[in-house]
Amino acid sequence: MRTRLAGWLFVLPALAVYGVFVLRPLALVAQYSLYRWDGVGQAVWVGWDNYTAVLTDPDLHRPLLNALLLVVLFTAGPIVLGLTLAAALQRGPTLILVLPQAVPPVAAGLAWSVLLSSTGAVNRTLEAIGLDNVTRAWLGDSSTALAAVGVIGAWALLGLCTLLLSAGVRRLDPSLYEAARLDGAGRWQEFRTVTLPGVRREIGVCVVITSLAALSSFDVVYVTTKGGPGGATAVPALEIFHLAFTDRQIGLASALAVLLVAVVLAFTAPVLRWSR
Amino acid sequence: MKLTTQIALAAVTLLPLAELLVTALHPPGTHPPGLTWPSDPHWSNFTDAFRSAHIDRALLSGALLVLTVVPAALALSTAAGYALARLPFPGRRIAEGLFLVGLVLPREAITLPLYQQVRDLGLLNTTTGLALALIAAHLPFGVLWMRTHFASTPPELTDSARVDGAGPWSALRRVHLPLADDALRSLALLLSVWTWNHLLFALVLVDDPLRRTAAGALDAFQGRWGTDVPLLCAGALLITAPVVVALALAHRRFADALVRGVAVR
Repeated sequence: MRTRLAGWLFVLPALAVYGVFVLRPLALVAQYSLYRWDGVGQAVWVGWDNYTAVLTDPDLHRPLLNALLLVVLFTAGPIVLGLTLAAALQRGPTLILVLPQAVPPVAAGLAWSVLLSSTGAVNRTLEAIGLDNVTRAWLGDSSTALAAVGVIGAWALLGLCTLLLSAGVRRLDPSLYEAARLDGAGRWQEFRTVTLPGVRREIGVCVVITSLAALSSFDVVYVTTKGGPGGATAVPALEIFHLAFTDRQIGLASALAVLLVAVVLAFTAPVLRWSR
Repeated sequence: MKLTTQIALAAVTLLPLAELLVTALHPPGTHPPGLTWPSDPHWSNFTDAFRSAHIDRALLSGALLVLTVVPAALALSTAAGYALARLPFPGRRIAEGLFLVGLVLPREAITLPLYQQVRDLGLLNTTTGLALALIAAHLPFGVLWMRTHFASTPPELTDSARVDGAGPWSALRRVHLPLADDALRSLALLLSVWTWNHLLFALVLVDDPLRRTAAGALDAFQGRWGTDVPLLCAGALLITAPVVVALALAHRRFADALVRGVAVR
């Protein structure tokens, strides 16, 4: 009986702080999403109207679509390159691999916006190799801005994915490679039949991490483009912020927030199950 | 082959930091071309960043927040993680499930009601309000991290402590805490970096940029210096320097903690 009560006493302080500052706000978001409210006056019950608006108004569902595109951009590069690096290096230089995870995203975002600016290093390199006609302000051009944000995200996540994947590669049984080699497998075949299935779990974990980073990519977008140009890089995280604090459309902001949470759960739950 | 790959990886990783440094050394107010060493390096930009934007106060505020948030989050996480791993109590699964939700919850989703909550408590624009929000945001990870640690210790430890007549509190303090040193250090390192780098809550909960997290202060330099790119880069480098130093000293622990942190999920 004593430990039964003790268990709760030990959990309670953490649960109280977490409940007041995370769980209650989460419940309130769900409630607000069913009202039209400016945060000050009378809230009006509107049922599912906010959800309909978010899903049908192009200005409002664009952030969700952008977020899904960012999931692809944040995931593809780091996993493909990370697998290559993990297979090539086995043990990479730790400091270099983890550095992007420690640099403040605001500082990294600023640095990349200088690198990708119209007179920046990226364009000068392109000019040097004769590609003058493709140079542009990468973050300021609505056709490339989202991809440019994707590059920044990929930079931030590549090291972490490499680290996780190479831990998986190192754990593989060397006799599997010997067997493959005896069967006359080339390097590519060896990679496809031994390495790839062997690190399935690590790949799953990487996909979860990169997807979560893409779906809550507030910092980098806030510093580099603020959602522009013309909504090209609008993401839910930033749109919620604008709707709630600038436009005072709390119902719409909350409906978008609930949908974001739903997308996050839809992404993470199945991948985690598959990789186990 | 291996060496070329390593060099290419290092170059790409360090590129943004190199760009920050060379840009920060150009004359203030100019639009320097990318990645060129200035003919006349303006090291004074760094002192100007201190003088005109009070970066020293921003760094102090960031440090104060780390020193408030991290110990509090460690204490709460240790107690809760210990209970979840070692004290069977009714409703344990539910408590654990609640923390699991927080692990994947995007912070952006709850920012507005969190703002209202902090406002209603009269804690807007205070270090306390921001600290409480950050502690709460770190708790799901911290609690599950400590639960994973305590679950990995041999159960005989708890049993023998109980036979000796120790209650759960003294078993935690005398038997488990001394063995949790390594897990606590790694968690402290992760939470320190995350607190230092946190932007969103700082932006929303504290108006005065010099009382935010270090990352939150940088946003204010952007407002103050507008398009003065060299000074902005100097400021960015100054708030990045402490984490780079910490990493240089403890990158193995940080890498190991990141990998183990992923397993917590």
